[in-house]
Amino acid sequence: MIETPTITPPKAAIPRGAMWRGLRANPLLAVGGGVVLLIVIVAIFAPLVAPFPADAGTATHPFEVLKAPSAAHWFGTDQVGRDILSRVMVGARVSPVIAVIVLALACLVGIPLGVAAGFLGGWVDEVIMRVTDVFLAFPPLLLALALAAVLPASLTSLTIAIAAVWWPWYVRLLRGQAASVAGRPYVEACRALGISRLSIIFRHILPNSITPVLVQVSLDVGGVILTASALSFLGLGAQDPVPDWGLMVAEGQNYFTPDWWLVTFPGLAILVTAFAFNLLGDGLRDLFDPRRSFLR
Amino acid sequence: MLVFAARRIALAFVVVVGVIVVTFIVAHVVPGDPAATWAGPHASASQIVQARKFLGLDRPLAVQLVSYLGGVASGNWGVSIHTHRSVLSDLLTAAPPSLELVITALVLAIVAGIPLGLLSARRPGRPADQAIRAGSILGISMPIFWMALILQLVFSQRLKWLPAAGEYSPSLLFTHPLVRRTGFPVIDALISGNLPMLGSTLKYLILPAIVVAAYPAGLIARMVRAQVLDTIGETHILNARALGFGEWQIFGRFAMKLAWTPVAAAIALVFGYSLVNTFLVESIFDWPGLGSYAAASISTLDTPAILGVTLFVAVAYVVANLVVDVVQAAIDPRIRLR
Repeated sequence: MIETPTITPPKAAIPRGAMWRGLRANPLLAVGGGVVLLIVIVAIFAPLVAPFPADAGTATHPFEVLKAPSAAHWFGTDQVGRDILSRVMVGARVSPVIAVIVLALACLVGIPLGVAAGFLGGWVDEVIMRVTDVFLAFPPLLLALALAAVLPASLTSLTIAIAAVWWPWYVRLLRGQAASVAGRPYVEACRALGISRLSIIFRHILPNSITPVLVQVSLDVGGVILTASALSFLGLGAQDPVPDWGLMVAEGQNYFTPDWWLVTFPGLAILVTAFAFNLLGDGLRDLFDPRRSFLR
Repeated sequence: MLVFAARRIALAFVVVVGVIVVTFIVAHVVPGDPAATWAGPHASASQIVQARKFLGLDRPLAVQLVSYLGGVASGNWGVSIHTHRSVLSDLLTAAPPSLELVITALVLAIVAGIPLGLLSARRPGRPADQAIRAGSILGISMPIFWMALILQLVFSQRLKWLPAAGEYSPSLLFTHPLVRRTGFPVIDALISGNLPMLGSTLKYLILPAIVVAAYPAGLIARMVRAQVLDTIGETHILNARALGFGEWQIFGRFAMKLAWTPVAAAIALVFGYSLVNTFLVESIFDWPGLGSYAAASISTLDTPAILGVTLFVAVAYVVANLVVDVVQAAIDPRIRLR
């Protein structure tokens, strides 16, 4: 994510033994991590493990329409006879991947701006932070919604719209990190020794920021997935053959009574994915934050 | 204190202007030519040029921005394409039912979230704590449009305990008609002493309010837990313990006192989030508020209405944050001295 190979990661703040004790004391982190791993595996191997991989696309089976869950179709079939389990599995490649792209873009924009604001200070800081404040004055879903509504509905627009509202959080995070590191005596010593600003940024500020950025990213995946699903539910993202979970809920809404399975399973996939990533992020934050240690 | 309030209000004003500029920019990233769209599909080139002039799109962007700012300030928020009415008057009719829904949801969230957070902080790491933490993370992970559909399915279609959708029972429309005064259905029923209608509006409010409350309840429980755990080791708590106060007094009274400031800030934050969440829920529950209006505007690609709702909610959000900041500063001298 941070585009330089010269960074040497800081030593883990917590010794290994404590890490294991931490995992045992925080079963929620272990559960979250396990489910996230499972989702990643499903996403990678979806076309191989899905029972009817063709159903993720435009396949239609007129004689299999709206069949209730059964041994052949565990999650039932949708309004054109596609297997919902297969679509949910391939759907693990849609909104979670959008989340990864959105967060990569947010870091790409937010990290340099945040470092510039925190390290350079002065008017650069003022300008960057005032612009950031305006973006933070919108609830994230609201601005993403307005942007997605004026852009043509597609997954690209959806990704751009969400990334456009997500970067300010990373500016804030990095600014805080950069400002606190820049004020420490050893960095002042570096300056006194005549070490260039760029190498201070790459050798000291960025390595010190990796852990909080990773924690923030893992906390944000769930939020981005929820936002993307909500926009797709409103018809502003994925379009029909794409097996996006939010879109599947929206399409299933028309057949909701009595055919409950069309809505239930894709929505459950959103919930489980967001829940797993939030458990993981929350657990990681506790693990790396000595103040919030659950071992007390 | 006055200086603090004045500075905070000035800052909010700057942010609102920034918000307007951002919505203006959003309106101008629309691909395609709005003048061509306005003139219709078969307009000639010269008609499109005339349309551009008529709509003011031939002026420099800065001039357009200034006239847009002036329009917003003087209450001219454009005309909705799907309702053919002024966007601002549409919004003012739609706002009360949404506010009623969001405020009810926030009250539910506070009533559920604070005790759960305290209970969780009481014995960190124990099963009750783990269960409450998992529950609160589940709340913030909930795709609420899905939760709305599932609750409708379970509680109204299967169990038939609660009505599925609407503002009140349509059968009361003739026997006990609702007299609109404030626009808030529950309050209108209450002040006109219309008891059957009051019961009906409350019953119709339950499901949507629970759905909107899911996110704030999870957030508040988490915040209370974290704040109380941060405070509980401090000397004034030790002092309260030494004085022999009971554990519930120590948590509910002394530890919670310091937790209120960040929790109040979080409530202002989720007020804005919840207003946006109504966009996903109101159309499912057929609730005639901002969310239904926004959903209808989105499905008809009604740009003036979409921008109007965006601006309205953003301003409501800024104002909520402002109110919380000023009230906090009035209560807590540490904030205004910072």
